[in-house]
Amino acid sequence: MSEDPKLQSAKTGANQPKSAMPMGPGGAGRAAMALVEKPKNFSATMKKLVSYMKPFWISIIFVFVFAIASTVFAIASPKILGNMTNQVVSDFIDMKSYDQIIAILPKTFKIAPGTTGAQLLQNVPPARLAQISSSILDRLKSLDFSVRPQINFGKLKYFVIELLLLYILSALFSYIQGWIMTGVSQKITYQFRRDISEKINRLPLTYFDKRTFGETLSRVTNDVDTVSQTLNQSLTQIVTSITMIIGIVIMMFTISWQMTLVSLVLVPLSFILIAVIIKKSQHYFKEQQDSLGELNGHIEEMYAGHNVMRVFNGQQRSIEKFEKINTKLFSSAWMSQFLSGLMMPIMTFVGNLGFVGVSVVGGWLAIKGTIQIGDIQAFIQYVNQFNQPIVQTASIANVMQSTAAAAERVFEFLDEKEESAEDEKNIVLEGSKGAVDFNKVVFGYNPDKIIIKDFSADIKPGQRIAIVGPTGAGKTTIVNLLMRFYDVNKGAIKIDGVDTRDMKRAEVRKLFGMVLQDTWLFNGTIRENIAYGKPDATDEEIVAAAQAAHADHFIHALPQGYGLELNEEADNISQGEKQLLTIARAMLAKTPMLILDEATSSVDTRTELLIQKAMENLMKGKTSFVIAHRLSTIRDADLILVMNDGNIVEQGNHKELLAKNGFYASLYNSQFVAGSAE
Amino acid sequence: MLKLFKYLKPYTLQMIALIALVFGTVAATLELPDYMAAIINDGIAKSDTGLIFHNGLLMLLIALGGAVCTVGVGFLASKIATGFSRDIRNKVFSRVESFSLVEINKFSTASLITRSTNDIQQIQTVMVLLLRMVLQAPIMGIWAIFKAYHLASSLSWIIALAVAILLGIIFVMFAVALPKFKILQKLVDRLNLVTRENLTGLRVIRAFNNEKLEQAKFEKANVDLTATNLFVNRLMVVMQPVMMLILNLTSVLIVWMGAGLINSGNLEIGNMIAFIQYAMQIIMSFLMISIVFIMVPRASVSAERINEVIDTEPIIKDSKNPISAKNFHGGVVEFKNVTFCYPGADTPVLENISFKASPGETTAFIGSTGSGKSTLINLIPRFYDVSSGEILLDGVDVRQYKLEDLYAKIGFIPQKGVLFSGTVESNIKYGAPEASNSEVKKSAETSQAEEFINNLEGKFNAPIAEGGANVSGGQKQRLSIARAIVRKPEIYIFDDSFSALDFKTDAMLRQALKGETQNKTVLIVAQRISTILSAEKIIVLDDGKIAGVGIHQQLLKDCDVYREIAYSQLSEDELETYQIDVNREKAEIESKENPSLLAT
Repeated sequence: MSEDPKLQSAKTGANQPKSAMPMGPGGAGRAAMALVEKPKNFSATMKKLVSYMKPFWISIIFVFVFAIASTVFAIASPKILGNMTNQVVSDFIDMKSYDQIIAILPKTFKIAPGTTGAQLLQNVPPARLAQISSSILDRLKSLDFSVRPQINFGKLKYFVIELLLLYILSALFSYIQGWIMTGVSQKITYQFRRDISEKINRLPLTYFDKRTFGETLSRVTNDVDTVSQTLNQSLTQIVTSITMIIGIVIMMFTISWQMTLVSLVLVPLSFILIAVIIKKSQHYFKEQQDSLGELNGHIEEMYAGHNVMRVFNGQQRSIEKFEKINTKLFSSAWMSQFLSGLMMPIMTFVGNLGFVGVSVVGGWLAIKGTIQIGDIQAFIQYVNQFNQPIVQTASIANVMQSTAAAAERVFEFLDEKEESAEDEKNIVLEGSKGAVDFNKVVFGYNPDKIIIKDFSADIKPGQRIAIVGPTGAGKTTIVNLLMRFYDVNKGAIKIDGVDTRDMKRAEVRKLFGMVLQDTWLFNGTIRENIAYGKPDATDEEIVAAAQAAHADHFIHALPQGYGLELNEEADNISQGEKQLLTIARAMLAKTPMLILDEATSSVDTRTELLIQKAMENLMKGKTSFVIAHRLSTIRDADLILVMNDGNIVEQGNHKELLAKNGFYASLYNSQFVAGSAE
Repeated sequence: MLKLFKYLKPYTLQMIALIALVFGTVAATLELPDYMAAIINDGIAKSDTGLIFHNGLLMLLIALGGAVCTVGVGFLASKIATGFSRDIRNKVFSRVESFSLVEINKFSTASLITRSTNDIQQIQTVMVLLLRMVLQAPIMGIWAIFKAYHLASSLSWIIALAVAILLGIIFVMFAVALPKFKILQKLVDRLNLVTRENLTGLRVIRAFNNEKLEQAKFEKANVDLTATNLFVNRLMVVMQPVMMLILNLTSVLIVWMGAGLINSGNLEIGNMIAFIQYAMQIIMSFLMISIVFIMVPRASVSAERINEVIDTEPIIKDSKNPISAKNFHGGVVEFKNVTFCYPGADTPVLENISFKASPGETTAFIGSTGSGKSTLINLIPRFYDVSSGEILLDGVDVRQYKLEDLYAKIGFIPQKGVLFSGTVESNIKYGAPEASNSEVKKSAETSQAEEFINNLEGKFNAPIAEGGANVSGGQKQRLSIARAIVRKPEIYIFDDSFSALDFKTDAMLRQALKGETQNKTVLIVAQRISTILSAEKIIVLDDGKIAGVGIHQQLLKDCDVYREIAYSQLSEDELETYQIDVNREKAEIESKENPSLLAT
């Protein structure tokens, strides 16, 4: 499930602005909003993750430097803006005082140029002076009363230029930081995906036989996405948040330690509140996820079994069950929504408390003359900026945990045991005749559970071997061993006298053509699919192979013939036609040996006849191993391997086996012709 | 999206309360700067400590009130949004449950699942966001504009300018990014496809030594995806710095322009600082509103898909004046000139089919894939309705029964043994919830399921996983059969239900069934000829038409299509000796393993 980037950008869009008064919406980090998954081994996983980032360490240092620089500039600006306001305020006070003084003086009074307030105030009766606060009085004394004071725009201009510079640089650095980090995280993500994909092709089949494809697939997509998102956002977030918290505290202290203490008193409170809420909500998130899983399970099951549900009059029962689960889901869903949504009002409230504290204490201090109004303004900005990094640091632990959990799964996959190396093996069979010798083969998928016990058979070139047995008897085991998808535990399989384990796997597989019941074709043209085993095949060869496989006829009837692109599910051709294509594919590969599964499912009678003929063509002159479903094939086989419960219980030709009157005979008598799927 | 809002009706009161609380939140947020301005203008300037503390106390109360309102908003928003989605979920699910195969096929099962799960979840997420945050934006925006305008009308243009620039940038960015997002989605799909192909084709890929080729395919998909991702992400990284820049520049501009006003005596300092706060609120509100335009189109796609389901009326419903099934018994099935055409298709799948299946008889259908045999039996329980002609059940057109009564007459065994999560017992009892333990046991015995059930841990209470994933295909089929038997239906319909059984079990099962189905009508669709050899009536279908009716020997002689099928499965001498083999096998089973059956 790939998260739609559109929604993500909308979410981040809402998260970004920090300087607005009560916090912007949705400040909570993504991990706080969801169930937090815990990794098994946090530190080991993190170490590995860091080693993935190593090649980019120079870039990452740059990212940190720019992130810190950008944050520092961003933190510096409110103080300067405050100073700018201070300038306005003090000029304004001068102006007001001047007006007040002038109003007292007689209209005819002339002030000589250069007269200061000190000189002027000498004439004012002391009773009058006492009414003016001392701080203002000090200022008045140095004021030039010959001209009416104005707001000093010349000085303000400097502030503006300084601020513009800071803002632009901060934005620029922030962008550069983001630009580099995106590059790094995308490259790491790319590397992750690539490693996983390469790993897929190096893992033994054992691994996949035990797991669903969905599991592996979700590592390539979901888990890698989670890690990538953290790299992209959280990594810089940690740096900027910490820089911001430290920087803001420092800036606050340079303005007023009293106000700093007032606004910081509440920080531990918000930390605790957030932590408590995250913890509390986990329970409901878990419950919500469970109910959602149960609900989705019920939906899938009922929709898939719709007919059965209907015809057994299960409609009412199904709806009742659904409503029960749905109600359960509702009760945990609204609680988790509510709790995770609490973060914002609480942070806003704590922020507002800070705001009130700053206004009151600031106002009081301003009266005392310790600080100025611009300082209050700067402080308010700082208090507002404080919220975001605090929420972020509070949820970083959770972000890290879910990241580690995802990364752990990826690493676990990458650390899986691979097929054994085989660089030193260099035996190549040229012009193999196709003699296969099973020499005392012992095998079990699980070494503790041996299923093939001491099996020997000597197969001469060109012979036909039928593998038979009831459903689930393990007929594909022989295929797995021949192709070295699995290796034998004891004994050996020899081709033309050479132990297959002394050859590279690729060399062994080159000797076999394979047509399985599961007709795997890929999203490409018919031509490409036939030439899959021999990518450099000419068009003539491809057509010849198709003709021999009786596929040429139907291919010509298709809209673009050989150029028709098979769609994703390859359902623009029928099952039988697919089967013919896989035969053509094997035909073109021209191998001395062949592995065939005769089973044909959902194929109409006429196509079935075509497939039979095509297989007959394919087997001509080759040593063939056939998972047999047709009596004629079995009867005509040079050797029949009878399998039951994973083991080869009998071998011989039809007559011999019947005479034995054992398992084969009972099977034969109960007629196992019918093509039941393995 | 709007269409779904009608389901908000039960929440009218809560919605009103929610809006009132939103007003409370907004009021609190916007009042605070006023008091702060008063502290600066009157408190500090006039050195009035009392006023400062008085206002401070008021601010505290307002902040607290605001917090209470916001929590209330969160509470109601969560309740409404999740309740709303719960209601829609119920609605969609019960609608789908009433669908016939016509509607199911129209949407496809996979699509219906997405519509009932992801799409509704999507709506819920959007609803929470809408109610909790977006609803506040216009109220906050308009209110703050009023206040700001009231404070300093001559500075208002700064806010207008900032909003215009911000929206302009967002618009341009999304105009550039949106097409890229679509490409991105395609590339993600491509990467998934390549990976999935690699996984499903593992054996073939290795057999042909084509690991390198697959690697190259993946590499290309990976490179393409990374490149586009890089572009889009680097574009999106612009957002935050630019937004911060705009907010900051707005503040500076306000102070600069404000200083001029202060100079001329038209503005007080406290008001200027309050004005900055308002400006921020207004810009944020517009940002929120712009998010709606990004979010809602996505949600409307989901909403539309949900509406499609809710608005679809099932074609097959109870008849308006149903005939009570009480008076009709027996289980005689009769097709009269039935022609059936899938909705939207021009060629009929079944053409002019007439036959009669009577109690005590087994009627079998055989034919190649696409001959219409499964379709034919699907018409009896009205998974589809006939296009012309009629199907009579005990002399009454199936369309005249109440659906429930119709289903009650039928024991249906699907091709793939469909099981539901629960226990073995709950699955068997699905056919007859009131069945007693001994009835459940007996039906398991008949369906040859008892032996493997007894080997399961917990026996009849052994858990069955979703879709029956923890039992084999053959076991599923046997449990499906038990489920039908326990129902004691008048008509049995087997849709190729023996395909996953080995012959021995198959034979034993059919033998045991004989006792159970003695006076019942049995309809069997089969692929294997061996399954139907002993049927009283075999109907051969070819291309939607009846190509022959009769018993095995007779059809072998007279019917070309039947012969072709027979010879593709059995050799000539086997066909002759077959009957003998079967009989011998049956005798063996009866004598050795199930002596009780000798009595029947």
